[in-house]
Amino acid sequence: MKTFRAAPSTIILWVLAALYLFPTAWFLLSSLKPGSELFSLPLTILPRDWTVAGFVTAWNRFDFQQYFINTTVVAVVTTALTVIVSAMTGYAFAKYTSWWLRGFFICILATTMLPTEVIMPSSFAVVRDLGLYDTLAGIIVPSIITATGIFMFRQYFSTIPDELMEAARIDGVGEFRLFLKIMLPLAKPIAVVLAIFSFQWRWNDYIWPLLILRDPERYTLQVALRSIVGADNIDWSVLLAASVISLVPMVVLFAIFQRQILSADINSGLKD
Amino acid sequence: MSVRTLTTPTTADPTAPIPRAGRTRKRRTSTTHVLAPLVFISVAVVLFLLFFVWPGALGLLYSFTDYSGVGDLDFIGLDNYVDLFADDAFYASLARTFLYTALSVPLHYVVSLGIAMLLASSLAKGKSSARVIFFLPWLISPIVAGVIWRWLFGENFGFVNFVITLLGGDGLHWQTDASLALALILIVSTWATTAFNMLLFIAAIRNIPKSYLEAAEIDGANAWVRFRRITLPLLAPTSFMVILLTTIGSMKEFAMVQALNGGGPGTQNMFIVQYIYRTGFERADIGYASAASMVLMAILVLIALVQMQFDRKRDLA
Repeated sequence: MKTFRAAPSTIILWVLAALYLFPTAWFLLSSLKPGSELFSLPLTILPRDWTVAGFVTAWNRFDFQQYFINTTVVAVVTTALTVIVSAMTGYAFAKYTSWWLRGFFICILATTMLPTEVIMPSSFAVVRDLGLYDTLAGIIVPSIITATGIFMFRQYFSTIPDELMEAARIDGVGEFRLFLKIMLPLAKPIAVVLAIFSFQWRWNDYIWPLLILRDPERYTLQVALRSIVGADNIDWSVLLAASVISLVPMVVLFAIFQRQILSADINSGLKD
Repeated sequence: MSVRTLTTPTTADPTAPIPRAGRTRKRRTSTTHVLAPLVFISVAVVLFLLFFVWPGALGLLYSFTDYSGVGDLDFIGLDNYVDLFADDAFYASLARTFLYTALSVPLHYVVSLGIAMLLASSLAKGKSSARVIFFLPWLISPIVAGVIWRWLFGENFGFVNFVITLLGGDGLHWQTDASLALALILIVSTWATTAFNMLLFIAAIRNIPKSYLEAAEIDGANAWVRFRRITLPLLAPTSFMVILLTTIGSMKEFAMVQALNGGGPGTQNMFIVQYIYRTGFERADIGYASAASMVLMAILVLIALVQMQFDRKRDLA
């Protein structure tokens, strides 16, 4: 009986899942075809000749090692700073009360409504005037504060009972040690979730690197890929392989942290 | 999620529960309680001023000048705005962005809620593997997403047109027909954003007390009535957030379209952020692009305010 009732939703679910999976599967399989086979009709789902030639060409023709290093530096450094700054700010919002904290909270809230893309021309001018044009720091520094991260920590810290803080204060623990030694270790789970999300945001970021980076030596993966797609004659064999290579770190990250990512109660950060 | 509820302080005054503290101790506590939060938010304040307030103010200033990125600022009054409101390309890209947003918000909402319902509350089999499949696009950057779908929907070489010809039809013009190109952008953005919205919905659906649904079932309510009368109203806060975030996300769509079709054919699917990018950086007309930015900013603020107004009405109802 139960199997019978489950049948329609199982079919719908798996048809949808197949539709979602197919584009990526087709893309991965195509990247394993030799260049000559990519356009030869009739197209076949599985490659007739399996080859990694596209990957070799892509790796040799483009300075992928450099792009990987650049993107990793940006993603890791930004993520570390984002977690620290979000934790401090979210903690202040959750555990202290004053009119200026409330005012600044509204300012942070407003940043979700007004993303940087909207004020691109002047944001670019600011980064340039700070002397950060064409540097990796020029991508890192502006991306540190995210409203989502601050909300996540604020929400998390406000669930921790105030009595804990009072007890520590009575024992003579100062405000900064209280935060560093007691509260921050408690917030480890949320820090992990934010770190994963932040890494994904920064790894896949396009608009800041596009505006700020000029020297191909400093390109991130996304900007480098865009320069291949933007060419008049797209070299599909190289483009497919290069795109697959750029996905590897995110897939590895997902494989490791799948549980944390899929069970992440991201709602808690934003709904309140 | 309204500003009102968000800003309501959730914690009591931390100094309150120490009623017996001596006078000196109290004073010392209250001074540390100004210093500590100030230090905690200081970095965020500096970054906020540098990368939101300053660009905002500078953008407003530039919008009244003919600044080209180098050289001096010449104030030209409202000329940029006058030109902008007479610029057909500006209206065209604004209208295309609105059309795209109006189509994508309901589409993203229905699809991600539908999939979340299937994954969270149906009897379907293999839900945990299906959830991973629906989540995979989240790992893929907008640029690579554009590449994947461009490859699948290529006019002469794409798999989709190959299947259409195989079935006896003529390949569709996914790149050279403006409406089909927009349809393709909608499909790709739905595919790409389902993952995140779906996670939000799944978390919210799981928080709905089972007893409500069971009671309704005993009273004879069918699945649709249970969804319509219990699940959907209880999901309202999440729905509001998904709709607000999707609206903002759609209004600033840029990277994926860059890789998918570059806003083509021609400039027919050029959205507003791409318009700003082109005028500001390819034509080096920072002043003019800033004026367009200011108009877009005003529109976004308006959208956010209108949506919050709806949210507030719902809270009171």
